[in-house]
Amino acid sequence: MTIKNDIVIQASALTCAYGTSVILDNINFEVRRGEVFIILGGSGCGKSTLLKHLIGLYQPAGGSIKIIDQDLVHANQQEHRRILKNIGVMYQSGALFGSMSLLENVRLPLEEHTALDTHAMNLIAHMKLSLVGLGNFTKHYPSEVSGGMQKRAAIARAMALDPEVLFLDEPSAGLDPITSSELDALIRRLAESLGITFVIVSHELASIFAIADRVIMLDAETKGIIADGPPVTLQQSHSNAAVREFFNRGKHNNITQVED
Amino acid sequence: MPSFRNSPPPSLEFVDETTDSITLVFKGELRTDSVSKVWGKARKKTSSRLFSTVIIDVHNINYCDGTGIAMLADLLLETQRRTNVDITLEGLKEDFQQLLDQFDLKHFKPEPESKAKSIPITEEVGLTASQFLQDLKELISFVGEAFYSLWIALKHPSTIRWKDMLLTIERAGVNALPIVCLICFLMGLIMAFQSAIPLKQFAAELFIADLVSVAMLRELGPLMTAILLAGRSGSAFAAEIGTMKVNEEVNALQTMGIDPVRFLAIPRIIASIIVTPLLTLFANFMGLVGGWVVYVSLGFPTIVYINQIKSAVTLTDLWGGLFKAGVFGLLVAGIGCFRGMQTSMGASAVGQSTTRAVVSGIVLIVMADGLFSVIYYILGL
Repeated sequence: MTIKNDIVIQASALTCAYGTSVILDNINFEVRRGEVFIILGGSGCGKSTLLKHLIGLYQPAGGSIKIIDQDLVHANQQEHRRILKNIGVMYQSGALFGSMSLLENVRLPLEEHTALDTHAMNLIAHMKLSLVGLGNFTKHYPSEVSGGMQKRAAIARAMALDPEVLFLDEPSAGLDPITSSELDALIRRLAESLGITFVIVSHELASIFAIADRVIMLDAETKGIIADGPPVTLQQSHSNAAVREFFNRGKHNNITQVED
Repeated sequence: MPSFRNSPPPSLEFVDETTDSITLVFKGELRTDSVSKVWGKARKKTSSRLFSTVIIDVHNINYCDGTGIAMLADLLLETQRRTNVDITLEGLKEDFQQLLDQFDLKHFKPEPESKAKSIPITEEVGLTASQFLQDLKELISFVGEAFYSLWIALKHPSTIRWKDMLLTIERAGVNALPIVCLICFLMGLIMAFQSAIPLKQFAAELFIADLVSVAMLRELGPLMTAILLAGRSGSAFAAEIGTMKVNEEVNALQTMGIDPVRFLAIPRIIASIIVTPLLTLFANFMGLVGGWVVYVSLGFPTIVYINQIKSAVTLTDLWGGLFKAGVFGLLVAGIGCFRGMQTSMGASAVGQSTTRAVVSGIVLIVMADGLFSVIYYILGL
C-alpha cells in the first residue's frame, strides 16, 4: 500500500556553516516516502549538523530544504509548526524531560497537538513505550532508568504523533545487540506498513545493512556526499576505496558482508 | 501532489443494533489528528449498554496509524474490563494487523491515571527535619573540606589555579563594580535625604555626614556589597558547578584523582575574599559621595562635610568593615560552591541550587553581620 515514489525531503544546493566555517557545501539529495535513509560518515564530518539543518534547528547558509513540498527555510511560523507536527526527532542523548515520567514524556506531544482525551493519550503513550520494550517502566523518571532505556523512551516520544518522517540521531548507540535488532525490526515494520520515512544518523554497520534502503556518506575533506546508494552496492562496488573500506571496517578486515 | 495529511476525518456508523449486539463500521483513514471524535463516540457507545456481542468492521479502513491501532486496541480491551462480552475485529488489512499484533492484548494492562500521593503531615515534618539535618551534615563536612583545601592551598600556593582565580576576580569583581557603585551611591543619597528631614527639626543637619559615614563604613558598605555578590556571583558559582555536576564533569574530576573542592571551589573562594573588600572600598566611597550631594544641596560647603566625616569615623571603622566584607566574601563563595556541589540530576536541580545558594548566602551574611556586631561591641571597636 505504500507509495514509495513521493519525495518527502528534498535538499538542494544545501550549504551548512557555523559562522564562517563551512561544514557542508552544496549538498543535493532527496528522500522518498517509506525509505529508510541513513546518513553516514566518519566522526566530525557533519552528520549531526546536517540533521539539525533538516529539522530546522539551524538556518542553512545557502540552498533550500523542502519537507513534503513545504519550504522549511522560508516557512512562516504557522507553516513551520505544521511541519514540526509531522516530523519526530530523537536526539543523540535522548533529551527526555527530567521532571516528567516516561509516560508523561511520551504523552506531551499528544497533549500539545491532538484533541484526544486523557484515557486515549495514556493508552497511546503506554503502547508506544511497550513498542520499545518499556511497558513496565511508564512511571519511572528518566534519571531512574539506564541510558539505553532513556534512548528507547526518546524514540517512543518521537513516534508519539505517528509522524510522517522520523529523524533519529544514533538510535542504536548504547543499546545491547538484542534491543538494537528489535529496534531495527521495528523501524523496518513502520517503514513498510505505514510508509513512515526514516532519516537516521548511524555508525552501526550491522544495523545499517539490516534496515537501510539508501545510504549517503559524508566526507569532511570534500565537505560533500562521496557515496549514495544501497549499502550492499556501496560495500561491494563503489569506485572510492575509502567508501568500501568504511563498509568493510577498514583495510585489514575481511568481512565481506554483515548478516542481517 | 504529496502534501501533509489533509484527509477527511474517519466516519463511524452503528448498524445492526439490537439490545445485546452491535456492529461498529469505521470508514476512511484513522490518523492521529482526526481519530479523536470517532474514538470517543465508539467508546461511549460500547460502554453505554452491556452488549454481549460487538463487531468492529474495518473493511473500509485504508489507512491506520499508531493512534488508530491504539483506538482499536482500546475497543478490544473492553473484554478485560468486562468478562461477558465477545468482541471481534473484522477486515483489518494485513499491514495494520501486524501493527496490532505487536501488542499482547491479553496481557496488556494500561495503567490507571495515577494520582499524586498525599503524605500525612507527620511524615512531611519528619522528612523535612531529616533533610535539614542531612543538609547540615553536608554543610559541616564541606566547610571542613574547604578549610582543609584552603590551608593546603595557602601552604603550597603553586597548587592554586591562578588563571581560574583571576578570571573569577574579573567576573565577580571588576564586572560587578558598576552595579555596586550605583546601588551604594543611591543608598548614601537616600539615607542622607531621609535623615535630613527629622534632623532639621533639631537643626542638626550638620550631622548627616556623621550618620552616612558611620553607617556606610561600618555596616551598609560591606553588607550591600556582600548581598550583591550573593545575587550576582554566588548564584553563578552554584549554576556553573551544578551544571558540571549534571554533566558528570565533577565525577570526571574525581576519577582523575583531582579534588573537586580544590579544583573548583578554592579559586572562587579566594577570588571572592580578595574582591569583596575591594568592592566595599568603592561602595563606601560612592555612599559618601551620595551623602555629599545632599549635604551640598542643603547649603553646606564640601570642607565641612569632610571635616565632619573625619571626626565621626576612624580608620578602625574602615578596617572593621573591610574585614567583615572579606568574611562575607568567603561565606558567599563557599555557600555558592557548596550548593553547586550538592546539585542532583536534571535541569531543574541547577535552578534549585542557584536559588538555594542566594537564599542561604544572604541568610549567612546577615547572621554573620549580627555576630560581628556583638564581637566588635565586646572588643570595643
